[in-house]
Amino acid sequence: MAGDGAGVKFTVRELGVRYGERLALRDVSMDIAEKKITALIGPSGCGKSTFLRCLNRMNDTISGARARGRILLDGADILAPGTDVVALRQRVGMVFQRPNPFPQSVFDNVAFGPRVLGLASGRLLASLVESGLRAADLWDEVKDGLAQDALALSLGQQQRLCIARTIAVAPEVILMDEPCSALDPISTLRVEELMRTLAARYTIVIVTHNMHQAARVSDFTGFFWIGEDQAGLLAEYGATAQVFTRPRDRRTEDYITGRFG
Amino acid sequence: MKQGRGGARGAPAGRTRWSEFAIVALIRVLGFSTVGFVLLIFAFLLREGLPVFFELPASTLLGRLWYPTFGSFGALPLILGSLLVTLLAVLIALPLGVASAVFIREVAPRWAREVLKPLIEVLAGIPSVVLGFFGMSVVAPLVRQWLGAPTGLTAFTGALVLAYMSLPTIISVAEDALDAVPRGYRDAGLAMGATRWQTTWRVVVPAGRSGVIIAGMLGMGRAIGETMAVMMVTGNAARLPLDAAALFKPVRTMTATIAAEMGEVARGGVHYHALFGIGILLFVLTFLINLAAARTILRRRRKGGLR
Ligand SMILES: Nc1ncnc2c1ncn2[C@@H]1O[C@H](COP(=O)(O)OP(=O)(O)O)[C@@H](O)[C@H]1O
Ligand SMILES: [Mg+2]
Repeated sequence: MAGDGAGVKFTVRELGVRYGERLALRDVSMDIAEKKITALIGPSGCGKSTFLRCLNRMNDTISGARARGRILLDGADILAPGTDVVALRQRVGMVFQRPNPFPQSVFDNVAFGPRVLGLASGRLLASLVESGLRAADLWDEVKDGLAQDALALSLGQQQRLCIARTIAVAPEVILMDEPCSALDPISTLRVEELMRTLAARYTIVIVTHNMHQAARVSDFTGFFWIGEDQAGLLAEYGATAQVFTRPRDRRTEDYITGRFG
Repeated sequence: MKQGRGGARGAPAGRTRWSEFAIVALIRVLGFSTVGFVLLIFAFLLREGLPVFFELPASTLLGRLWYPTFGSFGALPLILGSLLVTLLAVLIALPLGVASAVFIREVAPRWAREVLKPLIEVLAGIPSVVLGFFGMSVVAPLVRQWLGAPTGLTAFTGALVLAYMSLPTIISVAEDALDAVPRGYRDAGLAMGATRWQTTWRVVVPAGRSGVIIAGMLGMGRAIGETMAVMMVTGNAARLPLDAAALFKPVRTMTATIAAEMGEVARGGVHYHALFGIGILLFVLTFLINLAAARTILRRRRKGGLR
């Protein structure tokens, strides 16, 4: 499958997810390449977010959600019983659809993770915050207002702050669920550029409803679809260039050429 | 669209409009009369209480001795007594109440939540005489034993009982505040590798802090106006509580004074006016506390921190 040449970060095999009785995702298998950007596209309700939330077990917070199958992170099954989800989430961070900075200062937002995890304090913490903000391309805009309320920032800045906050705990993977859907086009571009830079150091998996975005930023693309039984499935997966120019699946072709809207 | 329908069937629309008018008028009358009654009560309070401020000089009113039989109306012991008992009660109840709210909201399984919430409402409905009786017959002896003091009827005992009484208010207001914290904050905390506890204490509770402050103030408003239970357990000695030891000695609150003495005063006398003067003070204090709570609520809304 995908991931030729580069290392594999996640190996997902026969993943199925239920919400109560309802099957939301059926039999998904894919390899996610290390330090690349993998985009997940598809119509809404096909299980993209569900899949993404499995990768850091955030689905555990939804009552009634159950996952079956295997998800290997660097070879170890994160769905196995006894997995330390707290440690897992430190390795696999997440940026959400709506920017959700804490109602605290900019500094405290980025410092949250390091403080909670006991990674740093004092001068070291300050430099960690600075490097997080720099990595998220936000430093120049907030360096004079680290004490200001994070909610006073623009939405685009808030989303980059959330990225900085995630980076500050030094994750290996960053999951992003439609991170630009609440942003204006210019902020969107900045986040996309940021993702390209971050891909040098992090494995990134992004859900997007914007196919142009997937085509622009990602190395690999997975196309999800809703099966006849209303369960989501992975219809096609491959290098982004291939998926967008020579799709193997009819449904993919129809979708990206806009025949499904 | 609305107009079109009205035009097609003129009569029903007309009747609807009339009953609409009647209902609005009724609601308006009820609303205004409620406000009117409050104003009337306040006017009555002023009429009966204000004279004392002319009959006695301020130095007497703020004196250290409340001894009506000898014409000594120093309200300072009563004011400090009320403040002492109330503040101590809130100091005890606020951490407990917030902890309970966190438990109900964040920790308890669903079935426990469904049992606990109505249970707390029931707690709020226990008549204060019953609690006073309980305080007198159970809590006070325990306090006495624990202190080895001559009496268990102390400021501390009163604070315990008042804390218990203001808990339901504090819990339910704090719980609403936690409930209003957007799910996104929780998710963000968890997704960064914070444990559930860390997320609760460092994200959810701080995000709901203004609500927690409001809970404290409303609890205080509840406590300062409480009469019966307090009267039964604080010993009612009008002494000035000035040192730490005063915590474990009897005190007398403003409310207890009014309730205990109102029955035996001559209507229209100085003592009568003085009791109403205390009533005015109590009213103003409660009003200020509620005002502070309302301001916090407003500020929180304006900031848009909660969605
Ligand atoms: N918290 C939830 N509880 C129950 N069902 C859910 C929940 N979240 C998603 N689903 C269901 O799972 C399916 C996939 O949803 P989702 O993963 O959000 O799709 P997408 O992100 O592709 O739009 C949908 O049919 C949705 O109704
Ligand atoms: Mg989604």
